[in-house]
Amino acid sequence: MGEEFYQGHTSCAGCPAAIAIRHILQAAGKDVVISNATSCSEIFSSAYPNTAWPVPYIHVAFECAAAVAGGIEAALKKLGKEKTKVIALAGDGGTYDIGLQALSGMVDRGHDVLYICYDNECYANTGIQRSSATMFGAWTTTSPSGSKSVGNQTFKKPIAEMMIAQGAAYVATSSIAYPMDIQAKVKKALSIKGPKFLLIHAPCPLAWRFESSQTVDIAKLAVETGLWCMFEYENGKRTITIKPSMRPVEDYIKTQGRFKHLKAPEIAKIQEHVNGFWKKLKSE
Amino acid sequence: MTKKIMEGSHALAEAVRLANPAVIGAFPITPQTHITERLAEMVANGELDSEYLNVESEHSAMATCIGAQATGVRTFTATCSQGLALMWELLYIASGMRLPIVMAVANRALSAPLNIWNDWSDAFGARDSGWLQLYCETAQEAFDTMLQAYRIAEDKRVLLPVMVCIDGFWLSHVYEPVDVLEKQDFVKPYKPPEVQLPGGKVKMVLDPKQPISFGEYATPEYYQEFKEAQHSAMVGAKQVIKDVHDEFAKKYGRKYGNGLVDTYNMKTAKHAIITMGSVAGTIRHFIETEKIKDVGLVRIKSFRPFPFEELDAVLKNVESIGVLEKDVSPGLGGALFSEMKSVFKKPMASFIGGLGGRDITLDHLKNVFDSIRTKSEKTEWIW
Repeated sequence: MGEEFYQGHTSCAGCPAAIAIRHILQAAGKDVVISNATSCSEIFSSAYPNTAWPVPYIHVAFECAAAVAGGIEAALKKLGKEKTKVIALAGDGGTYDIGLQALSGMVDRGHDVLYICYDNECYANTGIQRSSATMFGAWTTTSPSGSKSVGNQTFKKPIAEMMIAQGAAYVATSSIAYPMDIQAKVKKALSIKGPKFLLIHAPCPLAWRFESSQTVDIAKLAVETGLWCMFEYENGKRTITIKPSMRPVEDYIKTQGRFKHLKAPEIAKIQEHVNGFWKKLKSE
Repeated sequence: MTKKIMEGSHALAEAVRLANPAVIGAFPITPQTHITERLAEMVANGELDSEYLNVESEHSAMATCIGAQATGVRTFTATCSQGLALMWELLYIASGMRLPIVMAVANRALSAPLNIWNDWSDAFGARDSGWLQLYCETAQEAFDTMLQAYRIAEDKRVLLPVMVCIDGFWLSHVYEPVDVLEKQDFVKPYKPPEVQLPGGKVKMVLDPKQPISFGEYATPEYYQEFKEAQHSAMVGAKQVIKDVHDEFAKKYGRKYGNGLVDTYNMKTAKHAIITMGSVAGTIRHFIETEKIKDVGLVRIKSFRPFPFEELDAVLKNVESIGVLEKDVSPGLGGALFSEMKSVFKKPMASFIGGLGGRDITLDHLKNVFDSIRTKSEKTEWIW
């Protein structure tokens, strides 16, 4: 059994990042150092003079969790403490957008670091702005829906595929609806040497406009509809770790206020995108 | 000690080798690159046992140094100009976390227009970032200052990052005779800082055996205390710079004024020219060859912390001064000039020149000295 994320942090009710961190820490154990990007998780866990972190923790800036983690790993190597694990933790803004360069550098240099992104599909910390992880059609404060807009105009950047293309030692996706899956993947990733990437789907009640009691149910719906693909990729092979029943995406879309303006054509477009994704996957 | 003819950059690299940083974050930028290239060779040849990280930007160079230093090891990086501008965000974080990182800056102009040559715009832009800034006149001084920088940064009374600044090309690429040490015991193996807490001593490092959190956020009730503590440490660093400088002088026989301010020809001077860096060498030469008695040179070695009292002491008997600097704060004028105004209340002239690597010649100096003698209070550009 690993370490508990301390009580008293200030996340919102139903926060998926807090759920993710709890399971990451339980899986990672005591001998780990955390490098956190600026994010909700940083704000709700580390208000001076308090901390919710039971393990050594550092937050530097928004875009450099991966580079800081690389520096920590290099120092641990010099200190002869290679057994100590290093985890970089960031949101989707700090990963898909502003932190992408540092993440790519970390993977390129082969740092023995597990980089974990919890993906709530927007800049939730600053008040729900659009990131390149935001879903097509989603309302955010910088991709509002209106008479001339359906909300966000683009589909999510394929960040996990980019990490696979760059040759990370282990790439996996998970979801806060499947805590044992998170723990298994964190443990597995930490047993592999080299740069690892884990992407965790994290529905945010505040940003996505749903009741805070629904976080886990909505995360599960994302997997069941095929909108969120649960897999792991190692040694050139992808394994789907949870097979979706492929319920219509509408079952997921209708649960969230961020999609309430969407009409049949946009929902059909999202369904088409999901179908295309799985078709392509089958041809792998 | 062996005297060798070497480039300013290589003199710095030799000193870094002796300080033996565990982690080096390196990203190329002209005219700094010879420093990190030389260090890469040393690592490749087994002369230096550092983790040498070829990072993908200066931002990540500083980020890796922050991560490594916080884990409890000594670090080094080097940059200038656009690179320093790119790491600007993290400069404040390194100093705010009180991490004694040492960085060489081969001072270079900032774009636009793109220009790879020397001036001080880059480091002056970072003057409020909480880093000590030590400027060097010669390759020898660069070597000596680099060793001193580690001692100053890591002194428990300071615990702040230090920039060792050399003029790009004028110093980084010029070959001079340098006394290099093969071995040294001036900079000891790194020991991370410790603090005494009610439960015992805690090392300020990322260590699972004693987990602590770095880089938290501080509300208005706490933030200002951190900044005041940084300022106090910076002011207190003046004594440490002097102490370390004196110890070095005693041990190796080389000194640069008092470590904060260096003077030349000031005994009989009625006027003084204030500057920093390698142009001081041109001024010395001018004073010497022209046998000038009435104008002396005051070279500021420590730009941060700013040596108010020390400048006041060396300038109290002069009638007028001129501040010659390679930077401009558009809308204000010379930044060093404006800082000198808080020290010196008699006539002061401002000379702005050498921007983007333009020559400052003996003919220029003749005019500058003449202006200072007339007790000019004007701002003059050196064309």
